[in-house]
Formats: sequence, structure tokens, C-alpha cells
Amino acid sequence: MRYLSLIFKNALRNRRRSFLTVSSLAISLCLLGVMMALYYALFFGGPSPAQARRLVTRHKVSITFTMPIYYRDQIRKVDGVEEVATWQWFGGVYKDARDQRNFFARIGVEADKLFQVYQDIEMPADQKEAFLRDRAGCIMGKALANRFGFKPGDKVQIKGDIFPFDLDLTVRGIYTSGSGDDETMWFHLKYIEEALAVRGSTRSFAGTFSILARHEDLVPRIARDIDAMFANSTAPTRTESEYAFGLSFLSFLGNVKAILMSVCGAVTFTILLISANTMAMSVRERVREVGVLKTLGFTNSSILGLILGESALISLAGGAIGLIIAEGLCAVIRQGPGFIQQTKTLTIQAPVFAALLGISILIGVASAIIPALSASRTNIVDALRFAD
Amino acid sequence: MAIPISYNLRNLAVRKTTTIMTALGIGLTVSVLLAASAMTEGLRLAFESSGHPLHVLVTRKGSTSELSSNFARSVYNDLRHKPGIARGADGEPMASLELVQVINLPSVESPDGMNVTLRGLLPVGLQMREDMKLKAGRWFSQGRRELVVGDSIAKRYPAARLGGKLTFGRGDWEIVGVFESPQMARNSEILADLNQTAGDFGRPEVLSSALLRAADEVALRALINDLSFDQRLNVDARTEKEHFAEQTSSGDLIRFLGTFVALIMGVGSCFAAMNTMYAAVARRSKEIGTLRVLGFSRAAILGSFFIESILLALAGGMLGILLVLPLNGLTTGLGSNSTFAEIAFQLRVTPATMMSGMVFATVLGAAGGLLPAFSAARKQILSALRQL
Repeated sequence: MRYLSLIFKNALRNRRRSFLTVSSLAISLCLLGVMMALYYALFFGGPSPAQARRLVTRHKVSITFTMPIYYRDQIRKVDGVEEVATWQWFGGVYKDARDQRNFFARIGVEADKLFQVYQDIEMPADQKEAFLRDRAGCIMGKALANRFGFKPGDKVQIKGDIFPFDLDLTVRGIYTSGSGDDETMWFHLKYIEEALAVRGSTRSFAGTFSILARHEDLVPRIARDIDAMFANSTAPTRTESEYAFGLSFLSFLGNVKAILMSVCGAVTFTILLISANTMAMSVRERVREVGVLKTLGFTNSSILGLILGESALISLAGGAIGLIIAEGLCAVIRQGPGFIQQTKTLTIQAPVFAALLGISILIGVASAIIPALSASRTNIVDALRFAD
Repeated sequence: MAIPISYNLRNLAVRKTTTIMTALGIGLTVSVLLAASAMTEGLRLAFESSGHPLHVLVTRKGSTSELSSNFARSVYNDLRHKPGIARGADGEPMASLELVQVINLPSVESPDGMNVTLRGLLPVGLQMREDMKLKAGRWFSQGRRELVVGDSIAKRYPAARLGGKLTFGRGDWEIVGVFESPQMARNSEILADLNQTAGDFGRPEVLSSALLRAADEVALRALINDLSFDQRLNVDARTEKEHFAEQTSSGDLIRFLGTFVALIMGVGSCFAAMNTMYAAVARRSKEIGTLRVLGFSRAAILGSFFIESILLALAGGMLGILLVLPLNGLTTGLGSNSTFAEIAFQLRVTPATMMSGMVFATVLGAAGGLLPAFSAARKQILSALRQL
């Protein structure tokens, strides 16, 4: 500890080099921080408390197949189920499908059940009332409404593609959601049923069921019970927690785990190289000085400590600045379009924070260990004679 | 007079540890950029190789994909005899009615399941895909629950191997063959008899699309116009090539992410290169003085150090290419934005990709070397010679 001021002085001796090293490390570590935050959010994170109680049932063969509507009543009877809402994906085209920004989820749902299952959906009571009363009404998430400038009272037309009719809806409310999904348009399932009935189809079916469990501990058992109930029917089901259901779309982006891992690996290795290179350079410049220090009575281990400390200090500084930039980048990602809800709430969590600082210290020590050891072991005469 | 490049090469060789470390840092940065473009290139090639130049894909008006298109058998019967459609060996029009569904299967990369395209075909549909070759087994027979899977499917989905059984629709489907097509996107499909699949999925009259072969180039355009403007049919027609080309945008996210990460890492490695070059300038102070005394101009010194930095970066670029070369030919999968199913493709490190990597490395070297080169050129002869 008493060498701390000496370490500081050493670190600041070649200011330009220290500045370049710290900036270089900060930039790389901020990238590592964002990647780790993403990895953590995707593979270690958990659902929000409200989401933890929800499950999704879909057709086992794939989500594009529908299930008979009577499943709803049978699912509701399963022990531990509080409420069930039926969903029907509408698809369709808004304005022009060639522009991908015009894409958003349009889902028909039993409106009253929606608010019972999704208790974390928040919207003004009068808007909710207006939506429940208007069978040709819809509500949309805040982010979606902002994207197109929709406000209550506006008309929305969606051209049908899967369904043989178009949607002609009025925006009745704008919601915000605690689970981060603010980009969905909900309308009444009745609209689909009636539009189909007009065209002579009396089939009623469901795309998926959203289920609210009485308690989150019941979720795995409810999932098993539901799937067992329909296992031998013409439409077997697959039930999973809503969180897992959301993650299952991740594989559409490719092998995300492998991509994140390899980027993290490449970045970490690059940081190690940068740091090792700098330390090797600065130690080589100071061999004579080490000789002087030894003459003054510094032991081998204190020399080792001095050099390792300096390196750790530099990379810790890089890590700290990197963390600040990383949090800034996370904020940018939160604002961006989100295919997965996890990016909507992306932030540097405490474990990632600790891990990143740990990694930066570790890199500092690891990168300096070889030059530090060789410097501490040189004998005084060789060191003093050393000419670079 | 310029300082010979061999001087720079020898300098880089003498300080080989520093050179290798800095170059490797740049190399890793380049490799991230190249890995991302190897993915997008592979995806582009997979889609570009697919589609017959004379084929026309017909879907319901407004549908952006075959999956969301509801295409009535009666429409098919109406358009089969349009003028301009080529005739097969049997004298029948080459027009294939098809059903596209998505089924979810566990894959090697996503054990929780990934979507796969299932296509129901008439015999004429197989006939029109004459470049598809059986790799093992036999084709499916009419009126049976038999499947023939694409080569990529057989490799990536353990449940879809030859001789295996898949359960969907109204029973078990036996996998009787594996096919291979030079049209790479096709290898990610499962094929079956149209009428059997339509029956099993309960949509005997409502299918997905029709594939037509035009008699020649001229007939192709006329046919597309004829179909698109025929109000009675209410369909969209486009060439099969266009249909596949549109899906290339599925790789946009990977491209964006790869570029973003590489740019940030690039700033980091640029600082690192700057550090190395400043150290080189500092250590060679006497040499710079000597060179000046010998009559080399400031501009020659500037150019020499600048070139040395670029040489260093080029070595890094080459290392980067060596690092990504093993990825060439690796198979991975990505969700296509149009089929809602996985497309398997091979990563491709093309010469163009390698060139872009070298250019990126050169830019990094130039940006990192400019300031140190200026500081070298600005040195006064006497103080440079006096420096220790």
C-alpha cells in the first residue's frame, strides 16, 4: 500500500502511452460489457414478476397451426390456472409490406381476458373502457403508437393475407407494459370470428393461449398437465413459460449463443494483447531503473508488486471508463427496435459489472506477469548495464 | 529520396514480440468483420443460387410470403391454362400447386426446436425441380404419409434422418428419401405429396401458392403482367428469383452487428497500433537523427513510419484472414424473414470479403500511424541524436 503513490507516478510517467492504453482498453471493455450484458439478459436473466406467472400454449407441430377454441375451457379447468386468454395472430399488411418498418404484431384477443392475464398492461381507465366497448376498436403499445403517430380516435386499416378479410379498426387506447412489449396492436378476437362467420365459416380456433397461473411455482406443473391433456388429440400442444416462449424466437437470429461467445472471446483476447504489449514496452524501458530500485533496497517481490500494480491500475481505469460507455450503449440499444424484449430493458447488471471489473484487473495482472517476473529477477549489475 | 521498405520490414522483424501482438490485435478485429460478412455472403449465395430463371411464383394478392398466402385450388385450375406457360413432356402445362407449412423440430443448434418448411407437391412440382437429385432412399409416393427431406435438414435435424418418423397432421410420416439441390435454399425444405398434406392439415381446397414455368424470357414478363392484372384471380406474381432475392435481407441484423462490433474494436486496435508506433519512434530516435544527417528529408521519415504502420496492419489483416478461413464452408442456420423457417447455409470467405478485410486493416494502420509518423518527422536532428 505504501507504494501506491509510486505506482501512480509510474502510470502517469508516459502520459500519452497511458492515455492511449486506457482509451483502447476502455473501448474494448465497453464492447465486452455490452456483449456480456446481452448474454446475461438472454441466458441468465429471468422474467419480471408478472411475467413469471404466465404460460403460453401453442400447437405442438408449430405456432402456425391453430387449436380448437374449446381447449380454452379445458385449460381453465386445470388446477392452478387463474385465467386464460385466446390469441389469434392476424398477420396482414399495413400500408406497404416491402418496407419492414411497417411490420408489427397484430393480435386478436378476448379483450376482457387480456387485462386479466396481462395485469402489467397499464392504460388510462377511460381508454380501457372505450376499447372494451368497441368491438372494432384496438389498443397499441406506446412505442408502436409513437412510430406511426397514432392517437386515440385514429383509424387503422390492415389488409388481410392469412385471413380473407381486412381489418378496419379505431384506435381506442395506448398502453405501456411492464414486460417491455410496447409494440403490439391488440384487437377483439370477436372481430375475426364475426368476419369469418359472414363468409360462411363457423370454425372457431385459437392461435395460442396465454395462461395466468395462480403462483409462479405452479408454472412447470401446469405446463405438463396441459400438454398431457391434449397429447393424444388431433391437435397436441406445447406449453412453456411465456419467458421461454419469447426466447424460442431467438434462434431466428442465428446461433446467438455461439456468436456472442466468439465475439466476447475475440474482444477479451484483443484486450489482453493490447495490455500485454504496453506493459512489455514500459517495463523494457525501465530495466535500468529497476536496477536502481534494487540498489536502494527494494526486494524482488516489491518490484513485482510495483509493476503488476501499475498494470492493474491502468486496466482498471480502462474497465471503469468502459463500463460508463457500455451503460451509454445499452441506453442506445434500449431505444432501438427490439426483436426480443430483453433488449428493451438492457442494462449492466451487478454481476456483469463485477465480472467486468474483475476481468480488467485480471487482464492487467496477466498481461504484466511475464515482464514483471523477468524484471524482478534480473540481477542489479545486469540491470544497470542494460542498454536498450 | 524515399527510405527503402526493407528498412521497415527489418524493424518490424527485430521487434517481433511487439509486432506480433499488435498485428494479432488488428487481426482479431478484422476477423470479427470478416466472420460477419462470411455469414451474410453465405446467406446471399444460398438465396442467389436458388430459383429457376423462368419460374413464376403466384400467391394471393397482398401476401408477402407463401406461408401467409391462401391460394384456392380453383384459382390454380383457372390459371393453369394461361398462355405462355411451358408444357412438360406429357403435354400438360408446367404449373405446380403447392402447400407450404411450417413444422417445429429440434435442431443441433436449437434443441428447443426451430421452424422448418414443409412443402406439399404434385408430381409436376417435382418435375419442375429437375435439378433436385436423390441422395439416398426414394421419392415419396402419392397418397401416402411419406417425406423426402433436403440435405441440410437431414444433417441438422436429428429427428429428420432417413428412416425416421415425424408426427403431425393426422399420423406418422415416414422419411423415405434425402435430396440435394444446387439451389441451396431448397435443401432446407421437407417435401411431401400435396393431396396427402392438404388432407392432413384440413385444407384440401385452400393451399399456398402456384409455381409456373414460362415458355421463354418474353413469355415470362407477359405471364407475370397477365396474372397480376387479372382481377378475377386476385393474385400477385413475381419471378422465383425475386422471391429468393428478397429474403437476403434476413442477414441484415448480422451484417449490422458485425460492422458495429468491428468498428468499435477497430478504434481500440487503432489506439493500440498508435501506442506501438509511438514506442517505435521513441526507441529509434537516434536512428531518425542519423537518417536525417544522411540526407533523408522530413517527408521521407514521415512516409517511412507511415508505411511501417500500414505494413504492420497488413500483417494483422492477413492474420485476420487466416483466423476466419477455417470458418469457410461451416454450416449454420438463420431464420428467414419471409418463410418463418430456418434456412441453412454455408459461411463463405470470398476473395471480395478478404479484400475488404485488408482494406479495413489498412485504414486502421493508417489512422494509427499518422500521428506517430508526424512526431518522428518533426524531430530536430541534434536533439534526436542526443536522446538516450
